[in-house]
Amino acid sequence: MAASSRAQVLDLYRAMLRESKRFSAYNYRTYAVRRIRDAFRENKNVKDPVEIQTLVNKAKRDLGIIRRQCPLSSGIKSHAQGLQQRQHAVGPGCAVWKGCGMEEPSPKIMGHLNL
Amino acid sequence: MLLRAAWRRAAVAVTAAPGPKPAAPTRGLRLRVGDHAPQSAVPADTAAAPEAGPVLRPLYMDVQATTPLDPRVLDAMLPYLINYYGNPHSRTHAYGWESEAAMERARQQVASLIGADPREIIFTSGATESNNIAIKELEAAIQPDTSLVSVMTVNNEIGVKQPIAEIGRICSSRKVYFHTDAAQAVGKIPLDVNDMKIDLMSISGHKIYGPKGVGAIYIRRRPRVRVEALQSGGGQERGMRSGTVPTPLVVGLGAACEVAQQEMEYDHKRISKLSERLIQNIMKSLPDVVMNGDPEHHYPGCINLSFAYVEGESLLMALKDVALSSGSACTSASLEPSYVLRAIGTDEDLAHSSIRFGIGRFTTEEEVDYTVEKCIQHVKRLREMSPLWEMVQDGIDLKSIKWTQH
Repeated sequence: MAASSRAQVLDLYRAMLRESKRFSAYNYRTYAVRRIRDAFRENKNVKDPVEIQTLVNKAKRDLGIIRRQCPLSSGIKSHAQGLQQRQHAVGPGCAVWKGCGMEEPSPKIMGHLNL
Repeated sequence: MLLRAAWRRAAVAVTAAPGPKPAAPTRGLRLRVGDHAPQSAVPADTAAAPEAGPVLRPLYMDVQATTPLDPRVLDAMLPYLINYYGNPHSRTHAYGWESEAAMERARQQVASLIGADPREIIFTSGATESNNIAIKELEAAIQPDTSLVSVMTVNNEIGVKQPIAEIGRICSSRKVYFHTDAAQAVGKIPLDVNDMKIDLMSISGHKIYGPKGVGAIYIRRRPRVRVEALQSGGGQERGMRSGTVPTPLVVGLGAACEVAQQEMEYDHKRISKLSERLIQNIMKSLPDVVMNGDPEHHYPGCINLSFAYVEGESLLMALKDVALSSGSACTSASLEPSYVLRAIGTDEDLAHSSIRFGIGRFTTEEEVDYTVEKCIQHVKRLREMSPLWEMVQDGIDLKSIKWTQH
């Protein structure tokens, strides 16, 4: 099997973020998005193709988990957790996820991926 | 292969519930709202209840009480709740074999997290049962030179880390058994039963993002630690804990342990940062706040603060948007302050004003900031109403007051 290309890794990253945003539970959603971003960033300088493939395989498995779990957590209706709208102004951290959020991964982060 | 495909079909059927399609989740902390009480995906009646308006549940900051399931844990458990339902002790067919294989895999995952051998892990219904098994061992083997030391690894009220390795060394040199209740510590700080010379250890599933109703006890084999079974029956779990092992639950516990091992460093770094943030922001805006517990040997995810001149219960009720707990047992029938706080020498009045903040894997910076903001706001408000605070502001030393008897 050919080693994963830069484009494939980017696709995987985008797909994972896209699927993660569908978690209806605030805590799961924010965790998934944050963890994926931090994990890809942490491993951006990995050069060894075997190690890269291992990481990619793990990411694919995690993508499968996200795909299976998202509909489960939104299929069960419950009161949402969160803050009263009037009492909380959207802080800088929240602004990232307004609108379409991270559909396009930041070119600055991806520019560092060196495969 | 067929089984897995069937499970996938079943899972899809379960989740494809008719009913109002949820709106796309809004961003940040302004969440969309569920308009029904919690219900299963199978609709009882499909008429949508009229919405009064958005109803939100509080933020969750009480991870010492219990933790949500990690999605990876639920994913591991589901097959065993749907199609792979065999009894792991059935020896004669594939249902039993696959269930047993899952159970043994989970046992290996738990053992690997604490540096143990899988044969030293016995599954139980939780840390409480494990503690009882460990203590019963003492009663069963009481001799002049036998005793047991039992210590919590990380305290659940103030987050203090006990010097386990030192205690282990002392116990081992005096030939005394060493048990630790590691419910709050497993998967959060590195533990090795051999390095720390631990003989018995209690593990709880629902404190580490696993399911409720399951735990484990680690029982050292070399040198052998003998325990007496609490419940007798069919001799499962090497005769130390009879009863069918609940495969879905132990698979969940195993998965939780494996995830914890992978995520320990990342979680610890993040939780430490959030913990610093919470403490610093509260302390720089409010005077007379005391953190309970030794700051040097402290697990960052459990923060116990006492706010002087404010009653703990009233602060908890004021912070109704945040799920918190007080360190004391005020919520129980007795109004006694926490025995832990009393033991560390906290003044009575400070012990009554303690609040425990729990930061976990899923806690966000926004949740911490919101909690801090509300906490500051309500402490200030409650202090304004407090005659004690007024007296302190006027320079009166409260300890010098002679309260008249009625």
